[in-house]
Amino acid sequence: MGAIEAPELSFAALAPLLFVFGAAAVGVLVEAFAPRAVRHPVQVAIALVGTIGALVATVLLAGTQDVTAAGALAVDGPALFLQGTIAVLGALSVLLFSERALDPARSAFVAAAAVPAGSVRDRELATSERVQTEVYPLATFAIGGMMLFTAANDLLIMFVALEVLSLPLYLLCGLARRRRLLSQEAAVKYFLLGAFASAFFLYGLALVYGATGSVRLSDVRVAVVTEGGSALMVLGLGLLVVGLMFKASVAPFHSWTPDVYQGAPTAVTAFMAAATKVAAFGAVLRLLYVAFGTADWTWRPLIYGLAIVSMVVGAVLGLTQTDVKRMLAYSSIAHAGFLLTGVIGLGPDGTGYGLAATMFYLLAYGLTTLGAFGLITLVRDGDGEATHLSQWAGLAQRSPLVAALMTFFLLALAGIPLTSGFTGKFAVFRAAIEVGAWPLVVTALVASAIAAFFYLRVVVLMYFSDPAPDGPTVGVPGLPTTIVLAITAAATLVLGVLPGSVLDLAESAAVFVG
Amino acid sequence: MSDVPWLVLMIAVPAVGAAVVAALPAAREALARQLALAVSLLVLLLAVLTTIAFDPGGERFQLTTSVAWIPDFGVEFALGVDGIALSMLLLIGVLVPVVVGASWRDTPPPRPGRPARSMTAFWAWLLLLESLMVGVFAATDVFLFYVFFEAMLVPMYFLIGSFGGPNRQYAAVKFFLYSLLGGLVMLASVIGLYVVSNSQLGEGTFAFDALRQLEIDPNVQKLLFAGFFLAFAIKAPLVPFHTWLPDSGAEAPIGGAVLLVGVLDKVGTFGFLRYCLPLFPDASRDLAPWVLVLAVAGIIYAALLAVGQSDMKRLVSYTSIAHFGFIALGIFAFTTEAATGAVLYMFNHGIATGLLFIVVGMVIARGGSRQIRDYGGLAAKAPLLAGVFLLAGLASLALPGTNSFVSEFLVLIGAFPTRPVFTIIATVGIVLAALYVLLMYQRVMHGPPRGVLLVDEDDAGDGDTVRPASGGTGATAVLEAPVRARVLAVRDLSRREIAVVTPLVALILVLGVYPQPLIELISPAVEATMIDIGVDPGGSTPAAPGSTGTGGTD
Repeated sequence: MGAIEAPELSFAALAPLLFVFGAAAVGVLVEAFAPRAVRHPVQVAIALVGTIGALVATVLLAGTQDVTAAGALAVDGPALFLQGTIAVLGALSVLLFSERALDPARSAFVAAAAVPAGSVRDRELATSERVQTEVYPLATFAIGGMMLFTAANDLLIMFVALEVLSLPLYLLCGLARRRRLLSQEAAVKYFLLGAFASAFFLYGLALVYGATGSVRLSDVRVAVVTEGGSALMVLGLGLLVVGLMFKASVAPFHSWTPDVYQGAPTAVTAFMAAATKVAAFGAVLRLLYVAFGTADWTWRPLIYGLAIVSMVVGAVLGLTQTDVKRMLAYSSIAHAGFLLTGVIGLGPDGTGYGLAATMFYLLAYGLTTLGAFGLITLVRDGDGEATHLSQWAGLAQRSPLVAALMTFFLLALAGIPLTSGFTGKFAVFRAAIEVGAWPLVVTALVASAIAAFFYLRVVVLMYFSDPAPDGPTVGVPGLPTTIVLAITAAATLVLGVLPGSVLDLAESAAVFVG
Repeated sequence: MSDVPWLVLMIAVPAVGAAVVAALPAAREALARQLALAVSLLVLLLAVLTTIAFDPGGERFQLTTSVAWIPDFGVEFALGVDGIALSMLLLIGVLVPVVVGASWRDTPPPRPGRPARSMTAFWAWLLLLESLMVGVFAATDVFLFYVFFEAMLVPMYFLIGSFGGPNRQYAAVKFFLYSLLGGLVMLASVIGLYVVSNSQLGEGTFAFDALRQLEIDPNVQKLLFAGFFLAFAIKAPLVPFHTWLPDSGAEAPIGGAVLLVGVLDKVGTFGFLRYCLPLFPDASRDLAPWVLVLAVAGIIYAALLAVGQSDMKRLVSYTSIAHFGFIALGIFAFTTEAATGAVLYMFNHGIATGLLFIVVGMVIARGGSRQIRDYGGLAAKAPLLAGVFLLAGLASLALPGTNSFVSEFLVLIGAFPTRPVFTIIATVGIVLAALYVLLMYQRVMHGPPRGVLLVDEDDAGDGDTVRPASGGTGATAVLEAPVRARVLAVRDLSRREIAVVTPLVALILVLGVYPQPLIELISPAVEATMIDIGVDPGGSTPAAPGSTGTGGTD
């Protein structure tokens, strides 16, 4: 038996990942050793350094086309673009987490998660200003997992990344300070269904390994070309896709989304809606384009069908929602369908505009949805956030600025021109039409029109309805939330009005290595 | 002078004005509306200067500006006008100041128990709408056109939803969703065009002039045509895509209604002429009979519905649907005369129906009710109001001597040689038009005094002069009058109102007898469009340029 050789590692190419995981590890140490008084600012600073450092690293690495860690990790355009996107969304989410001006108890997170909800101790803690800071290392680990997910060039690494990003998220979902039972229910639900989906992924991985003899995406590709699609491999691909679609909240694997989005602390929901989607689609794109890009006859009908189901389910069920967070959850499902429309846009020989369009859409959607959830944290009543739609009636009179911003974000989600949502939709629809997916695009447009109705309903409520006498108040956000709202709103506008340079960037980045 | 970017200015000035007005504090309403008036007059001036800079005999698209906007999609911020677009810009220039004047004393809808909404937002949205309307007619890039087309919905949505009648929320959402659905289907066709251009020219583009050169497969043409057509048919609107208009027209504030029917809906017929015909000539020819069925059905059906309306604003909305049927008939008859008539109709309809809406609004402002049955015998006390009402009505039914006659006549004689059956059926609509207009006029203005404006004779002394509109609360029930005599308390037109209606009255009369300048402005563009679809402008209609002479027969 020979000695095990350490694989070649290009530390420079891995710098974004190292930054984030390093920050997460330091965060755990701080949590253990730093005194309580300084923990919060230190943790926020570490998480921000980690994410922003990762962002800078991805920018510096731009243009790299490399496979490292014995072929397990790809550092290429899509990986870097999506890692940068996740880093931005992650940094903004960390800022949302660190907001201390809104809740009278100074944090949206529970003081001691292990205390049973409703117990005497819990009631004591509910009003105390103690904050728990483990959310920051948890979130940083999740961000790291997401970034790893988009770079995984190997199905095993992909699975590891899936777990690294999922486990902290399950915990984060259960950490709401208010309505704790709902939050814990969300966490359990997410965990159970997430575990189920991971099992699907793992089973698919095993079948693909059985069919091709390798877990490396490039080897899978070779096997697909030489041997064609055996039943085993097709089955494996299907199961892998199921596992990924669960994370991307694509219908019909979406059933967790509304409950978890509603129950989780809103800042965490924002993080999940924005960053998890980017990561999941990063993996979907890599799996389908790199490993199965030559066998698009296998996955194209599958993705086609999923896209239609997701758009229709998201748009139609969104109509019946009475809770803002649940409504945005269904919106997220519909948007997953639009994103799959972009995924379809892979032309012959790896050409086609689909990759660039999907990546642009991910960035645009992530920023917009982050901003929309950020605004939800501002609208509060005595019992925490006021998320029932009826409570939003007449909000424009209480706070014209919040109502105007929310309207802007909703118009962007609806895809009205001069917002980033429109540019993104245009890009993915164009990609799909270029490969002849007419019916899909027409379905997408009809779904957009249906979805517009529920976005508009919120606008109608805010502007044209009379406020309830005991309606919610609009909190004055502290600096972190203000920064988040300013950046997301500016990005939504700029990507709608002058998207040229970012589109260029996405297009130039749209080359997979491998 | 042609170096001045007139079109950019016409878009930028009201947009900046809107931003300034929106930034004013809510208490400065008076300043806001003065600013709105000043800005809209400035735009009118710009429109006139643009017309002077435009050479009717020159190239098709003039005053062009083009800047790369989103190079990745091949999108350019390209502006330019032909005679058709320019006539629409003039219409916008004229109507917006008039609308500002007509809305001068408007108050926001009452909200029980709370302070009234500020009108500042109304003026800001109005100016933003003006900016976007100019953009939609001036765009020569299909993508840019689409952007303006959709963005235009937002200000109109807020105008209806915030400042409209009692049922405004429903109307605003219906308006938005109908238009959005049409727009999204058009988006599919816009992308389709791009893909076709990508495969034929090797480079995707949205430039109208480049797209016009494409040779598109007839079946693909039909699909793309259908996408554009649906959007424009909803916008115009043609029966059966019209159901949003009576709601929006009835609930919108008067100023919004004038612009909605007068200008916004013209985007639909403008789109037929600018995009459907030249880009998809084969599909247009093949599908024209079906479009004509819709057009003629609309003329008759909407006119019949108008006769049956009891709400004046709904009635005027239905008359517009009938008129849009005439315009569509003129466009899809494929003769130069008919198309010239249709474009002229688009302009004249904006003036005539705009005036009718404004006068109806003045009546409603006095009585606070939209119902015809709440009025009667106003002419005796308010002769000027009645006179303008009658003139607006007569222009709407296209009486000779008014501007609409010229255009309606041109449409009918232009369409007759190619489409005799449709034309004959459409003529029935003229009779119905006389019916609905005159019935409304007679019931509101003549007959015994009745309705909400009656007051007891004792109060009449002060009520006659001082009492303004009763706040628009719409108290329609009038108790049985006691034995005491009751008289109408109604003011005649105030000086402001006279100033508002005068320009439109003048245009109706002048264009009724001397439409020549306008026809000269639009006919080269119409001929160019006819060449695009393969109709010889001089061939099928021997007297094409001479047809303008028919306009002068009255």
